[in-house]
Amino acid sequence: MAEKRDAAHMQRYWTKTSTLMWTIFALWIVFSFVIPLFAVQLNTFRFLGFPLGFYMAAQGCLVGFVVLCVWNAIAQNKIDEEFGVQED
Amino acid sequence: MADSKSAGGGFYGNLGKIYGGYAGGFIVFTLILAVLEQMGVPNKIIGYAFVVLTIGVYAYIGILSRTMDLSEYYVAGRKVPALYNGMATGADWMSAASFISMAGGIYLGGFNALGYVLGWTGGYVLVAILLAPYLRKFGQFTVPDFLGTRYEGNGARLCGVVVLFCASFTYIVAQCFGIGIITSRFLGIPFEVAIFVGLLGILVCSMLGGMRAVTWTQVAQYIILIIAYLVPVVWLSTKLYGIPIPELTYGRALDQIAQFEEKLGIVKHFTDAFTDAKGQFSWTEFNNFWALVLCLMIGTASLPHVLMRYFTTPSVREARTSVAWSIFFIFLLYFTAPAYASFAKLEVYQNVIGHPIASLPAWVQNWSQVGGLLTIKDANGDGIVQLSEFVINQDIVVLSMPEIAGLPFVVSGLVAAGGLAAALSTADGLLLAIANALSHDVYYKMVDPKASAGRRLIVARTLLIVVALIAAAVASTRPSGIIQMVAWAFSLAAAGLFAPLVLGIWWKRTTKIGAITGMISGFAVCLFYLVMTRYAPDTFKEMFGTNLWFGIRNISSALFGLPVAFVVTYVVSLMTPEPSQEMQDFVDSIRTPKGLVTAGG
Repeated sequence: MAEKRDAAHMQRYWTKTSTLMWTIFALWIVFSFVIPLFAVQLNTFRFLGFPLGFYMAAQGCLVGFVVLCVWNAIAQNKIDEEFGVQED
Repeated sequence: MADSKSAGGGFYGNLGKIYGGYAGGFIVFTLILAVLEQMGVPNKIIGYAFVVLTIGVYAYIGILSRTMDLSEYYVAGRKVPALYNGMATGADWMSAASFISMAGGIYLGGFNALGYVLGWTGGYVLVAILLAPYLRKFGQFTVPDFLGTRYEGNGARLCGVVVLFCASFTYIVAQCFGIGIITSRFLGIPFEVAIFVGLLGILVCSMLGGMRAVTWTQVAQYIILIIAYLVPVVWLSTKLYGIPIPELTYGRALDQIAQFEEKLGIVKHFTDAFTDAKGQFSWTEFNNFWALVLCLMIGTASLPHVLMRYFTTPSVREARTSVAWSIFFIFLLYFTAPAYASFAKLEVYQNVIGHPIASLPAWVQNWSQVGGLLTIKDANGDGIVQLSEFVINQDIVVLSMPEIAGLPFVVSGLVAAGGLAAALSTADGLLLAIANALSHDVYYKMVDPKASAGRRLIVARTLLIVVALIAAAVASTRPSGIIQMVAWAFSLAAAGLFAPLVLGIWWKRTTKIGAITGMISGFAVCLFYLVMTRYAPDTFKEMFGTNLWFGIRNISSALFGLPVAFVVTYVVSLMTPEPSQEMQDFVDSIRTPKGLVTAGG
């Protein structure tokens, strides 16, 4: 293996992976804490027949979590292929 | 099946057909029982049929999957496809707490209990981005294996085993408790005996085939538990509003509940956020809400029985996909749970409160006999059930709701089978995590590194039985409610394991001493808070002049342990010499899907 070229190459791979991690981590905070903790204010609105704050904590944020996990799997697999580090 | 598995191709090629046929078979079985019920077969026999037949199926899969191969026993041969690992993780994950107690918690607590729904789903995002793919790449047998390798030696490994044992054991006691409730109610035997009967169902499966048997049984258990959870809610949604999608219709149930609340003079509204018993906004409730969400989520990403499921996929890529499948399968139950709770609340307000006690059907009698979890006392002697006279424990709301709502008994049997599947599958996973840590990490890695494969498997199986028996014995003393015990388990795991796992992968500078001191101090603070506030509240008050720190309940004990673990690990790591180049190369090698894992330090 070309070790020298690899070091810089792998550094960029890890930077990109970390960026994806932090992005999803930030959105995780939004769905886990920011939205649910404004439930009192959101409850003054209605959505699909639900008080919005209740709806988000019971359903909306959960959908968000599923989307984040699917997105992570797809995006990270793409990054792996871009840098040629996917498994054989 | 056992043969075709080892031969390869046959079993793995036909997974869809096998489990599709199995799901169909289960539906036909339920329909036959429904017809039999209409023909006059007594409820007792239907209850028996559900409990005995499903446990029989799990035992059968367990026996077919028996193995004497180490890799099959510990990590199911690393051949489990992402989709099926997702289902198995779903069953492994959703325990008696999710299935039996969570909707009951929402029934009683309203919005404030939605912290459980959020906390038990969102943690998978952390598993996906921080841990699963890297632990899969590391590719050993257990979570303490990782700690022992990354932090060079048996010190970190032993700390990991201690935390794993404390968390998983608390968790498994809660499952035995749930199994006891169901078998006691549906087989009509005393609670204390029922626990040990249910235990047999756990043992046949995990003991013979280890991870391989547990995996394929858990897939079967997921199918039953999700059908069982959805059927009564979909049924009620259709009955009440004509639309079979409860997630869309229970907004209307919430409106009706609000009308009843007004009529009955209830000040704590079901959908109001962060209210106390008087219906006023409370900062204590607000803080406890986010603290619980945080502890449950971090706990998700620290519990070894969940993390070790991602050791079983064929590749890193599949491990990632598998997390996405896991949360999808888990989500199906969790976003239905608030609907379940709302319908149960509405049915109680409509069919029980304000009705003559004499007119209540037999289910009241039947449930009153299970460990005092349901009581109706005619306090004012008017023969009518008043709101304050009807006391239902959160652990039986889900199980009794079909009867309260007047659905055929076959639905109750189905729900019981689902609850049993949830409790058994989690108990299996936990038992395996504990027994593997003790046999692999303690016995093989520390006591007798020359032990033969056969001997290691015998030790693993013996420990499995011993741990199971102790857990059942503790559960028969009814130490606490299911959901509290499970939340404690999450806090213990979060405080002890999250920092060393995450920092071990994401921060190369983490040193051996830093990680060990961090684990010990974080776990100790969490355990101290939990034990003192639970068992010695008076001493705690004397020491600190307050009942609870910042009013945070002990189910969120990790709120204090977590920051301690991170800070101590960070500071001590910076004070100790940088890890060796070999160790840094090792971290690099588990960060990259391609290539071999290097030896480490």
